[in-house]
Amino acid sequence: MAGFILKRLLQAVFVVLAVTLIVSFAIRLSGDPAIMVMGGGNVTEQDLQNIRQALGLNRPFYVQYLSFLQGLFVGDFGKSFMGGTPVSLLISQALPATLLLAFASLLTSIALSVPLGVYAAVNRGRWPDQLIRILSLVGLSFPNFWLAIMLVLLFSIVLGILPPSGMEGPESFIMPALTMAIILTATNMRLVRTSMLETLSQQYIMVARSKGLRDRVVLYKHALRNSAIPLVTYIGLQFGNLIGGIVIVERVFNWPGMGTLAFDAISNRDYPVLQATITVLALFIVFINLMVDVAYGLIDPRIRTE
Amino acid sequence: MSDNTANLKSQDHALLSVRSLSVEFGTSQGAFQAVKDVSFDVQPGKTLAVVGESGSGKSVTSLAIMRLTDYTGGRIAGGQVLFRPSAGEALDLVKASDSKLREIRGNDIAMIFQEPMTSLNPVFTIGNQISETLILHEGLNGRDARLRARDLLQKVRLPDADKLLDRYPHQLSGGMRQRVMIAMALACNPKLLIADEPTTALDVTIQAQILNIIQDLQQEMGTAVIFITHDMGVVAEMADDVVVMWKGEKVEQAPVRDVFASPQHPYTRALLSAVPRLGSLKGQPLPKRTPVMVMDGGVAKPVGDTHEQNTADYTKPILQVEKLTTRFDVGKTFFGRVTHRVHAVEEVSFDIYPGETLALVGESGSGKSTIGRTLQQLVEPTGGTVRFDGRDMGSMSPGDRRRLRQEIQYIFQDPFASLDPRHTVGYSIAEPIIVHGLIKDRKAIERRVHELLEQVGLLPQHAKRYPHEFSGGQRQRVCIARALASDPKLVIADESVSALDVSIQAQIINLLMELQERRRLSYLFITHDMAVVEKISHRVAVMYLGQIVELGTRQAIFENPQHSYTRKLLAAVPIADPQRERSKTRVEGEIPSPVRPVGQEPAIHRMREVAPGHWVAIESDQLRGAA
Repeated sequence: MAGFILKRLLQAVFVVLAVTLIVSFAIRLSGDPAIMVMGGGNVTEQDLQNIRQALGLNRPFYVQYLSFLQGLFVGDFGKSFMGGTPVSLLISQALPATLLLAFASLLTSIALSVPLGVYAAVNRGRWPDQLIRILSLVGLSFPNFWLAIMLVLLFSIVLGILPPSGMEGPESFIMPALTMAIILTATNMRLVRTSMLETLSQQYIMVARSKGLRDRVVLYKHALRNSAIPLVTYIGLQFGNLIGGIVIVERVFNWPGMGTLAFDAISNRDYPVLQATITVLALFIVFINLMVDVAYGLIDPRIRTE
Repeated sequence: MSDNTANLKSQDHALLSVRSLSVEFGTSQGAFQAVKDVSFDVQPGKTLAVVGESGSGKSVTSLAIMRLTDYTGGRIAGGQVLFRPSAGEALDLVKASDSKLREIRGNDIAMIFQEPMTSLNPVFTIGNQISETLILHEGLNGRDARLRARDLLQKVRLPDADKLLDRYPHQLSGGMRQRVMIAMALACNPKLLIADEPTTALDVTIQAQILNIIQDLQQEMGTAVIFITHDMGVVAEMADDVVVMWKGEKVEQAPVRDVFASPQHPYTRALLSAVPRLGSLKGQPLPKRTPVMVMDGGVAKPVGDTHEQNTADYTKPILQVEKLTTRFDVGKTFFGRVTHRVHAVEEVSFDIYPGETLALVGESGSGKSTIGRTLQQLVEPTGGTVRFDGRDMGSMSPGDRRRLRQEIQYIFQDPFASLDPRHTVGYSIAEPIIVHGLIKDRKAIERRVHELLEQVGLLPQHAKRYPHEFSGGQRQRVCIARALASDPKLVIADESVSALDVSIQAQIINLLMELQERRRLSYLFITHDMAVVEKISHRVAVMYLGQIVELGTRQAIFENPQHSYTRKLLAAVPIADPQRERSKTRVEGEIPSPVRPVGQEPAIHRMREVAPGHWVAIESDQLRGAA
């Protein structure tokens, strides 16, 4: 186990190096932050030079990158180009908002997709199965920004029961979480269905039935745990997409999270903020995948002993 | 007493009366009747065997009794299943409510299934799975249920019951899992136990142990048993009464002695004639082909003739195996150092002569299949030499090795899995001809494929069909045709007839013998089935834990077995003769594992020649203790 975690940590170091290197390099191709800092208007070349000097942008790229890495080691992400706020402060405010939203979406999606997927599998080929599969296809075809706008239209404008944006109180979670959850549920439901169908054809399910167990126990005790491995794998992979989707959903709902932070940082060419945001998200995705591997062992004893 | 009153009487006392039961499955071509109008009774404490081949409806019948067919898309189209758990009370399970059925399942009627490897849920502990039934039906709390589960494990003679409770199924062998399954089924003292082919997937010595346990517990607890099987040997050892099923119908029902002594229905007669019987060639030095009774429009007709298999030519061996050793590394440390090895084959030596069948017999883990795979170059040997036609395989050029693949062919156990479902069988048969460049002309290849199909008893027009359009037996014929396509000298048949129904099995054996005579083929016949070995082989090598423990002519091995393991193996085979005194010798013990820590090499047995050509390993005390 210790060896396994050690391997994973080494892996995380390489992931962070690769991701930050690509992002740092790419963002520098997109324009001059000095102009963004000055906010346009009447600036001389000398003004820009001074700003570049102040921000350290006149150094070669590898020096800038190495000094960013050096900062990482001591936990210093630097200061934002815009207003000089410490980046760690910005992230400590944005990260909880994003994590809350991500987990709320994921839990909602699991709570929806598991019973629906199981129900579809049990009724394979009959109308509930067909209906659930059609709904899943519809859910898959929604673009997230469109779905977000439609929800705002319905709940905030027509019904007027939910706030259209911002993060104030529990009710403000409903729409952003639902937007993400609907799209996740569409795929998760199919996965649960397929994986349950496979499990339900196993001999031990017939054995469980021959013992006189209730359907609920057969399905949710004996079958579901055996079907969980593909779902857990997929949730791990999904996390990357989830983070990608969150950038857009946070924009639509004006959610003060990592997505908004990253989006603004890109628009402003705010290198330190962007590099730090990406680093934190990459670490987070690596961590989630480590959790997925640990979960395998908890779910299936055959994996534990290997 | 007239027939009618006898029937009524038995019905009054019967624990279970199945009356005119029909079961249907919906298919795209309309309803398919898997079971048609089947009736039988099961008396308290007695064993009823339901026998039949694949597709006879015997398994569907067993599932339908507890209405488990509800979960497989089946529908009970008619009839009654009357269950009398106590005097006076009769319950029709066909009409029972779901909640009533759940009360009965696992409590009054329990079931054991065929595949012990897949019958237990892999993610729950053994203790959890046995306790579950007790908590459900007897209202025990978790602690009491666990104690009872431990007692049950001891009852099925599993050692270390305490530790086993916390084990997971994958940590147990097949035989141990089947015992756990029996413990689970007997947890609530059921009145009726339905056992669907409970020993088919197990090794013979393990099968003997499981049958023993079922019999002992049945006597102790007074449980009635419905025993579903295709194995007439098991029927003879276990059953009081027999129901024979054929194509979804009951064709015969009688006490076990009557079924064997005077079978009434032609199908029963055909079935019994096809069963290979241990000892049937006693006193005869050569294997022999005998006619097989085959059902043809409701009548049994003999196919084939009686013919002595005098094909072996003992002047110069075609294959010489000397001190062959094959080991696999398993278990590695973090730094990639090997900690354990599977000692699959250890210093095995034997010869095969032209036109000869050498049988390699043994149980799981004996290394018999590894030898076959090594000869076919699917596995690299760790040591030893293999000479084919006098040439050393180890020093051959890559081209010579390819040519060797043409001269040694392989027939696998599972004809379903060994043919590519997306190609026509004609393509599959032609492939080795094309790969080895034996014939260049397309028309000639086609002619050759047609010829091969005819040789294995199929029709030339079958070449255009796909594997799924054939039955299991026909598919195995296709596999034989493919093996013959490259004109081999040696054919390795690895459990090639084990998965087939007995009547099909008998025909395939005859086909193999006929082809041997016609083409002077040598066979390395790998199997665990002693009765089949007796029928087909000239010489026999018995393997145990990677080594040959006895090697000799078929007659010597079967009539004068010397090694204790050979005797144990022969004693474990169920004999298809209910008149025969059941053997009193108990077979005990698991088959040891061939996995050893690095550095602990197994001791190599020395062989001594007890009679010309009859070699026996000198037994160490350790082996005697295990056997």
